[in-house]
Amino acid sequence: MTFQFSQDNLEHIQELKKRYPCVQALNLPLLWMAQYQDGYISLQAIDEISKITTLPPMEIYRVATFYAMFKLEKPEKLLVSVCKTLSCKLCGSDEILQHLESKNVKIEHAECLGSCSTSPVMQINDILYEDLTTQKVDQVLEQLL
Amino acid sequence: MKDVKLVSKRFHLLNSHTLEVAKANGVYGDALKKAYDLESVEIIQIIKESGLRGKGGGGALAGEKWLLMPQESERENFLVVNCDESEPGTFKDRQIISKDPHLLIEGILITCRAIKAKHAYIYIRGEYKTFQDILQGAVDEAYEDGLLDSCDITIHRGAGAYICGEKSALLESMEGKRGHPRLKPKQKECEWFFDHPTLVNNVETIASIPHILQHGAEAYRSYGTTQSPGSLLFAMSGHVNKRGVYEAEFGTSMWEYIQHFGGGIKNGKKLKAVIPGGASTEVLNAGEVLNAKLDYESMKEMGSALGTGAMIVMDEDTNMVEALKNLLEFYHEESCGQCTPCREGTGWSNKLLAKILSGKGSIQDIDKLLEISDTMNGKTICVFAPALSSVINSFIGKFRDEFEAYNQPSAKGIQ
Repeated sequence: MTFQFSQDNLEHIQELKKRYPCVQALNLPLLWMAQYQDGYISLQAIDEISKITTLPPMEIYRVATFYAMFKLEKPEKLLVSVCKTLSCKLCGSDEILQHLESKNVKIEHAECLGSCSTSPVMQINDILYEDLTTQKVDQVLEQLL
Repeated sequence: MKDVKLVSKRFHLLNSHTLEVAKANGVYGDALKKAYDLESVEIIQIIKESGLRGKGGGGALAGEKWLLMPQESERENFLVVNCDESEPGTFKDRQIISKDPHLLIEGILITCRAIKAKHAYIYIRGEYKTFQDILQGAVDEAYEDGLLDSCDITIHRGAGAYICGEKSALLESMEGKRGHPRLKPKQKECEWFFDHPTLVNNVETIASIPHILQHGAEAYRSYGTTQSPGSLLFAMSGHVNKRGVYEAEFGTSMWEYIQHFGGGIKNGKKLKAVIPGGASTEVLNAGEVLNAKLDYESMKEMGSALGTGAMIVMDEDTNMVEALKNLLEFYHEESCGQCTPCREGTGWSNKLLAKILSGKGSIQDIDKLLEISDTMNGKTICVFAPALSSVINSFIGKFRDEFEAYNQPSAKGIQ
């Protein structure tokens, strides 16, 4: 298996290079790009990023594993990140988490998603679903599954 | 309560995020014109005189920080705006970037002129993609309008690491590395991004600049207290009727704020405790909340800190042991792992509290928690572990009976 950035992405990378004093700064942007392209970050993608950033592949792997939002395995189910930190817990995130147990999704316990006044919240594919009730969770999943 | 809207004045407008509405309502107007008429050092002098303090949690004097930037430098200066808002309970910067992004851009243009930077980066937390898109839209509009002809703005996305809100960890992350905080220099100096002199400021700090430039330092000082001048986008979450972000001047009574903006405690319950400034500040009990004032000095006097001004309000039914457990899980997950006392201490204290919660603990375990807390305090590179240490101490110190109740024979087996 090989990995190649799409033509659009390659053009975007050229633009990005002009915006930083050092090419290593592209590491996180490229990891994001690879993840959006494939749905996860493969070892082949890491090799490709290494060629562009001049960082050793192991260093890129080390960085990728540090950040919670980078996924190094192909997702088998829809990923649902539920905020479980205090403001959400005080306002019912436990009930949402319990409700999701019966669904065909991968549940991720996320730390504070920054939606404390509209908790409980979950995030799916970058979109925040706020002021959740179990009914609202059902409605959202019905459209996505 | 005095109505204060220095940063949030356009939040309520329809399409307030667009250039058209922003321009029609004063953005890119007098403040920017005045900045272009002034020399760099004159702008810094105004900010210094205003007493503006960094609004990301630390509260350092913004003017002093700006003065650390070299006015003459062989290497290009940079501005980095910290939008890695991840402190539990905090959601104020997202209001600015989604409701008035052009205010931030205006603040960036003025700040860059003051510190002689021609490129600003906005480091935004990965979870804020929706708001990042709105902000990027505003930046694109500003480029099209020619506003960014001599000053670039690049948005740089994080990927889910709380510690990157710490400015040196943020810069490490921007350099393509793990977000590990750097050792503090012996003497005060600016930050460095790939060996370039760099200023790191919070979103709200930068968004406060246009008001100060337009109306002057004295006008800003007419709000707040002598040492904490101006206003802050305070936030409320948890057990209040109307959760949200409401701007108020420093020095406002915490309880009045909670009643006035929050509509009091939910379901007519009584107040038990408030974590005053994001999860990393010491919890206050109900009695303390009645006397608390929302400024840096008053909160420090109470043995806590103003932090990000994000209050997590807890009613009388809240289980404080479970609340602390929730925070320990957060800290354990988010420790960057660089320093041993923090990496091990966060995990150990989390496990120990789980044992206490299961009813299998003892009084010695509570004291052991305090001992671990002491081991984490002041022995690490950044303030992550010391913050947790003071949180543990405040929870056990003020609500020890609740912790001890789990060790009573009758409570054994409580889940």
